[in-house]
Amino acid sequence: MHIAEGYLPVSHAVAWSVAAAPFVVHGATVLSRRVKDSPEDKLLLGASGAFCFVLSALKIPSVTGSCSHPTGTGLGAILFRPPAMTVLGTITLLFQALLLAHGGLTTLGANVFSMAVAGPWAGFGAYLLVRRLGLLPAVFAGAFVADLTTYCVTTAQLALAFPDAESGFAGALAKFGGIFAVTQIPLAISEGLLTVLVVRLLRTSAAADLTRLGVLRPDRTEATA
Amino acid sequence: MKGRIVNLLLVLAVVALAVAPLAIGAGDGKEEPFTGADGQAETVITENDPGYEPWFAPLYEPPSGEIESGLFALQAALGAGVLGYCLGVVRTRRRLTAARRDDG
Repeated sequence: MHIAEGYLPVSHAVAWSVAAAPFVVHGATVLSRRVKDSPEDKLLLGASGAFCFVLSALKIPSVTGSCSHPTGTGLGAILFRPPAMTVLGTITLLFQALLLAHGGLTTLGANVFSMAVAGPWAGFGAYLLVRRLGLLPAVFAGAFVADLTTYCVTTAQLALAFPDAESGFAGALAKFGGIFAVTQIPLAISEGLLTVLVVRLLRTSAAADLTRLGVLRPDRTEATA
Repeated sequence: MKGRIVNLLLVLAVVALAVAPLAIGAGDGKEEPFTGADGQAETVITENDPGYEPWFAPLYEPPSGEIESGLFALQAALGAGVLGYCLGVVRTRRRLTAARRDDG
């Protein structure tokens, strides 16, 4: 769930847009070079963008009695590195802001920062940390962390903009955290499992692509498992 | 075969995670059970800063809940369609490569 249109003060909206813009520009440069240099990547890039599209359209009930949706950004961050995922995530957010009145243009910078920058980078970091334990645990960790980080950042963004009248930033952090972060935990687990499923399917059918992308290591026997 | 069972279990686990909150009645006692988290955030914003007025409205807003859910379904369909296409391509490619290897 993204920050709704108009629900960030102007100064915050501008600041987050300025913070997110360089990542989007850098991601677009990296992505267009990649598509030109290795057109064979287009297929799995499409799959990563599509995964983000479908997962962020699914509103799923959670234990807190409210609904939220996964982000689907872990897969692309793992396969193609976070900058490429920044671009794909931004496209998804634009689609939702323009057609669905979900998220918004004034809050696009903040939402891009949480879902398409912070989430993918944190997820990629988690993936690298866990990678030595095996591919699938690392994929799960990457997707789980990318999803949860997105909503923790959203929580912080809202708490910064709307501190609690008495308890200030910390109080607002707890309030928004109860809405976003706690709701998101089961969804992040779901996203981790679905990302593992897709990577398992790719490992069976597209092992060569995964090896080329550096996700599978050629000297190991992981590909045959 | 074992791989397929694992894949099926992954799907079932996701379904279970989505159904469990409904089954245990996590939304019971709420005024509006299972609303969107973003809507709840708007409520807290109004609590924390009662004077806050959203200063920008969406350029286009789906005129009804039906149209909105239709557009969400469209987004999911586009994503699932492309994802399924890509998985189909890699699968077919692997089969063709294997067949060619057998031939020659």
